[in-house]
Amino acid sequence: MSASSTTILNLPDQSTAQVPKKNFITAEHGLLSWLLTGDHKRIAMLYLISITVFFFIGGAFAGLIRLELLTPQPDLVASDTYNKLFTMHGVIMVFLFLVPSVPATLGNFLIPIMLGARDLAFPKINLLSWYLYIIGGTLVLTSLVLGGVDTGWTFTTPLSTHYLNTHVITTATAIFVAGFSSIFTGLNFIVTIHRMRCPGMTWFRMPLFVWSHYAASILMVLGTPVLAIAIVLVALERLVGIGVFDPTKGGDPLLFQHLFWFYSHPAVYIMILPGMGVISEVISTFSRKRVFGYTAVAFSSVAIALFGFFVWEHHMFIMGVSNYSALVFSLLTMLVAVPSAIKIFNWSFTLQKGSITFETPMLYAFGFMGLFTIGGLTGVFLGSLGMDIQLTETYFIVAHFHFVMVGGMLMAFLAGVHFWWPKMTGRMYPETLSKMAAVVTFIGFNLTFLPQFILGYLGMPRRYHAYPPEFQILNVLSTAGATVLGIGYMLPILYLAWSLKYGAVAGDNPWQATGLEWQIQSPPLTENFTTIPIMDHEAYDYDWLEHKTKQEVTTVG
Amino acid sequence: MDSAIETTQAEHVEHEHVFVPQHRHHFETEEQQREAGSFGMWLFLLTEIMFFGGMFFAYLLYRNWYYDAFVAASNTLNIGMGAANTAILITSGFFMALAVWAAEVRKRKLLVWMLVFTTVFGCAFLGVKYFEYKEKFELHHVPGASFDVSQFINPAIDAKTGKPAANPLPPDVAQHTQIFFFLYFAMTGMHALHMIIGIALLFWLIGRAQRGDFSAGYVAPIENFGLYWHFVDIVWLFLFPLLYLINRHPLAH
Repeated sequence: MSASSTTILNLPDQSTAQVPKKNFITAEHGLLSWLLTGDHKRIAMLYLISITVFFFIGGAFAGLIRLELLTPQPDLVASDTYNKLFTMHGVIMVFLFLVPSVPATLGNFLIPIMLGARDLAFPKINLLSWYLYIIGGTLVLTSLVLGGVDTGWTFTTPLSTHYLNTHVITTATAIFVAGFSSIFTGLNFIVTIHRMRCPGMTWFRMPLFVWSHYAASILMVLGTPVLAIAIVLVALERLVGIGVFDPTKGGDPLLFQHLFWFYSHPAVYIMILPGMGVISEVISTFSRKRVFGYTAVAFSSVAIALFGFFVWEHHMFIMGVSNYSALVFSLLTMLVAVPSAIKIFNWSFTLQKGSITFETPMLYAFGFMGLFTIGGLTGVFLGSLGMDIQLTETYFIVAHFHFVMVGGMLMAFLAGVHFWWPKMTGRMYPETLSKMAAVVTFIGFNLTFLPQFILGYLGMPRRYHAYPPEFQILNVLSTAGATVLGIGYMLPILYLAWSLKYGAVAGDNPWQATGLEWQIQSPPLTENFTTIPIMDHEAYDYDWLEHKTKQEVTTVG
Repeated sequence: MDSAIETTQAEHVEHEHVFVPQHRHHFETEEQQREAGSFGMWLFLLTEIMFFGGMFFAYLLYRNWYYDAFVAASNTLNIGMGAANTAILITSGFFMALAVWAAEVRKRKLLVWMLVFTTVFGCAFLGVKYFEYKEKFELHHVPGASFDVSQFINPAIDAKTGKPAANPLPPDVAQHTQIFFFLYFAMTGMHALHMIIGIALLFWLIGRAQRGDFSAGYVAPIENFGLYWHFVDIVWLFLFPLLYLINRHPLAH
């Protein structure tokens, strides 16, 4: 690998190379060997397949929403159908895609390997968490088949408790169950990170991917139970009319908002933090440099997790909370921008004077950095009280959180899937096609959501299926963008499936990366390591890798 | 050495003496497995604290808002049964602690008996709770359609003094007692649900203890279940004063 080359991709000689015959995929055969497995890598694969399915279901709803909004008139669907469409889109995307996306797939696959362990601490609980996810997912689909739910993904009371006759309880149960799936994943990660590190793997030698998952796991473990109890209370309110959220009986709907957002604000950090971990790995690998300010990036993840618990009221500024508390929460909201900015700045400094190459994961990572920055900065707008009152419940909010969640997290997820695809399957994806997909996604994304910022600024409210005709041009742009975006997401699923059989054999370390996961065969053995490794160098130590590779060459040749 | 992948032959030899049939393959040592298990249990209990925390938060909030209604409703709770249950639950926890000790000193019979006593007292708690709930039904204190506030608006007249036994509440204030009773049922009900799950687990543990699973040095499940059972005890130790005891004698206005 010379420094001047345009790619660091280093594949073995294709005429002789083979995917290792003995690996975790070929270790056992039959459907049952997958459904009853305790292997973290197989469970990660199960998750990958199931979240992809739900992603496309949720995406189909997004497509229908955009199609309805093509024209100002309510012509495609009736208004209550539209309400169901955006509710199902939100519920599926948030609880069944974004929350488990990176942690349950890539995190599940990689964290034990990155720590030099043979598996997560509790393999059976890991499998249980997948089953809970599937039960939750099935319940969501059940409520969909029975006629859907139209509360919005936020289950706002008293709308959800008094005014709707849709399947609120079925969906609430689904989220309750899926929540426990997320709690168990987080719990498993925390115990594994504390107790299963290999000799020499100190806290500050762990890859930043592990740090960000650690922070996200804390949020899962502490936040999700509060959502669970809030949902139980909503269900009881509907079933027996208990009155905790009902003003006519002395209850307070705001209490629901407090409980719900106490989880659901940290939940956005559950969604974004693992993605930030992916970006740290990718940026370092494709600029051949140690991540600038490793410690700062590691602690910024924990800081985001910590601050994330003290900002929830910014979702409630217009709901009649006290002015003084709104002031405090506005300030605290701005504080979260600090650790997020630390990350962006440190990644930029990692790029500076690095030997940058532009492989697909890196393209997605660049997409992440740009789009997340826009999403994050508009978050600061929304955190300021005056702006929030103008912009809340408009398309500005929709654009803001899609920039963070789709532009940020989904880009990071795709970056990670491409980056570790050769490790997971032993095969490379087609490079040119995937670069095209990354660019198409980026263009489609911006075309979809940039117009929504303007729409929101001009005052178009969210969650309506009709709008004044003067907004049509921007809405047409947005719908056109959604079509492009849809193609951008369809492409990877096609060529990744193709590569399973026809992709080039990847070898152990196609990216010349330093992580422990790249030092073992691809796909890994069921036990990951034949002997437990000893970590004798820092994370992202490219000198160590070069030295090691040289030695291998001299001993072989 | 340069290589990150390296054999830990020395360590393997060092830990060779550890041989417990329950040792799972992915743990290096039995010690690591045991530590991971108890660490996981503590984390799980943390999530449980957050779960109950939502209800405690709601209780404290509404208690502040509807002080008079909460005092009046709280005073109708059966303090005798509550106190008896506290004693029963502490006794059950005591036997659980003894069970952990019995497992550690590898006494199979003692362990089984201690677990049985733990179960018996756990069931006794639920039995008392049943009679308490039944009383609430009879007094129409269960939130919902049959809920009735008349007792708080027109308290019974004390035969000796000829005065009402409690301060009568205005009807709108009396309505708020329903929130107290809902929270009472939600919190004690959620606690009872944890007891029921615990008792089911106890039956399973008794079966395994009978087979001698835990009397040969492998005590992790007993230890971790002990943590869970004590946690359930502690939740009650917060519920009892919050729901029953404070404002037994409300301040004179």
